[in-house]
Amino acid sequence: MQIFIDLANWLRAWILGMGISTTATELILTAVWTLVVILFVLINLIVLVWIERKSSAFMQQRRGPNRLGPAGFLQFPVDIVKVLGKEDITPAAADKFIYKIASTCAFVTAIVAIAVIPFGPGMVLENLNIGIFYFIAIGSTATLSLLMAGIASNNKYSFIGGMRTVAQMISYEIPMVFSLLGVVMLAGSLNLTDIVASQKNMWFIVPQCIAFIIYFISTVAETNRGPFDLAEGEQELVAGYFVEYGGIRWAIFMIAEYGNLVAVCAIATIMFLGGWNAPFGLTFLPPFLWFMLKVYCMIFLFMWVKWTYPRIRIDHLMHFGWKFLIPVSLANIVVTGIGIYVYRMITG
Amino acid sequence: MLTKFAGVVIIAIWGFVFPSILLGLSKVFHPKNPTPTKLLTYECGLDTQGDTWVQFKVSYFMYALIFVAFDVETIFLYPWAIKFQSLGLFAIVEMFIFIAILVVGFWYAWKEGALEWM
Repeated sequence: MQIFIDLANWLRAWILGMGISTTATELILTAVWTLVVILFVLINLIVLVWIERKSSAFMQQRRGPNRLGPAGFLQFPVDIVKVLGKEDITPAAADKFIYKIASTCAFVTAIVAIAVIPFGPGMVLENLNIGIFYFIAIGSTATLSLLMAGIASNNKYSFIGGMRTVAQMISYEIPMVFSLLGVVMLAGSLNLTDIVASQKNMWFIVPQCIAFIIYFISTVAETNRGPFDLAEGEQELVAGYFVEYGGIRWAIFMIAEYGNLVAVCAIATIMFLGGWNAPFGLTFLPPFLWFMLKVYCMIFLFMWVKWTYPRIRIDHLMHFGWKFLIPVSLANIVVTGIGIYVYRMITG
Repeated sequence: MLTKFAGVVIIAIWGFVFPSILLGLSKVFHPKNPTPTKLLTYECGLDTQGDTWVQFKVSYFMYALIFVAFDVETIFLYPWAIKFQSLGLFAIVEMFIFIAILVVGFWYAWKEGALEWM
């Protein structure tokens, strides 16, 4: 969307015109665009929650929300208003300070992870040269806020939920990182914009289809979504690490969770599905819309998996991660390395 | 480069400010009527028994140990992955030896039962 870049240039010229130094101008612009991205994620959230509730209803042969607005579209905005008016309870036994900051920390990690994602050519908050490495580093800290919530609640359900989350997230972190490594080897860069640019002729899902499947499975576990949502398994742990949370603090956790979902789907799109490159030369849509279309397809895939498969057992989950995904992802790196070397030998 | 990471700090600050705005808004609207019963730990209606912050089983921490080994390996693998196309055969062989050493350690942990969730 050229209009955003034009707007940024106009804003930059306007702030510079007031006699502020270049560095300060860039920082002010970052602040403005961050607000835009947060609002964009929130608008996405309204659509995503609606899609999730409607598609799950469709898969379970229910109707889903259908009272407020067209096809229940306004249900979620009304829920937000309801949540704002809910009483904010801090259990007497809880570790008050950590209990209160845990939800904020979850939101911070989600929004900081989104910072490096390019939504279109030039439409990135911070175009870091270590992009994907930064994303992995920040993504792994998301575990901490969930552990904080789980332990600080001083509730046995939360405690087990928090511990399970950590075990699950560190186990699936490794296959995820290794699956992204194959793409980095092909692209020869960590910068997300460069990676998208190197997929102009062929999306990396073609040479790295196994890596894509590994990435998909491990990010389902990383974002704690079904069938790997053991951390919050409703039937056994009530709601896992946020049993005690209610009202707006719970809502902030949900926003962070959907923010993470958008982030990992955007990374999948950038690394494997060609980012904003149009498929088959169909360039009638702007790059930004192609990008969002692919991200939404990925998100729908996540929801489809969530509402199709039953939850699996925790020991099966850990064994699958350690004894199957890690060896396969290591083998993928070796095969990719040899493959690239042989290819370069043949082509010279 | 420093400007870019300063930008990351600004984004993080926004990340703190935005939930605070929501919490502040909620503080204006929500009722405040805590009673001792309401503030009890929620355990499906029963009073909670015993201490929650207990020592967790040791097999759990075995995962953490292996995780640290793998995580350090990824730090070495990423710079290699960027440059290995220009480094040629030497880089590939060297990294395969590196992975092989790690796989031996992984196999040992597997054999010793560190990957069993009990």
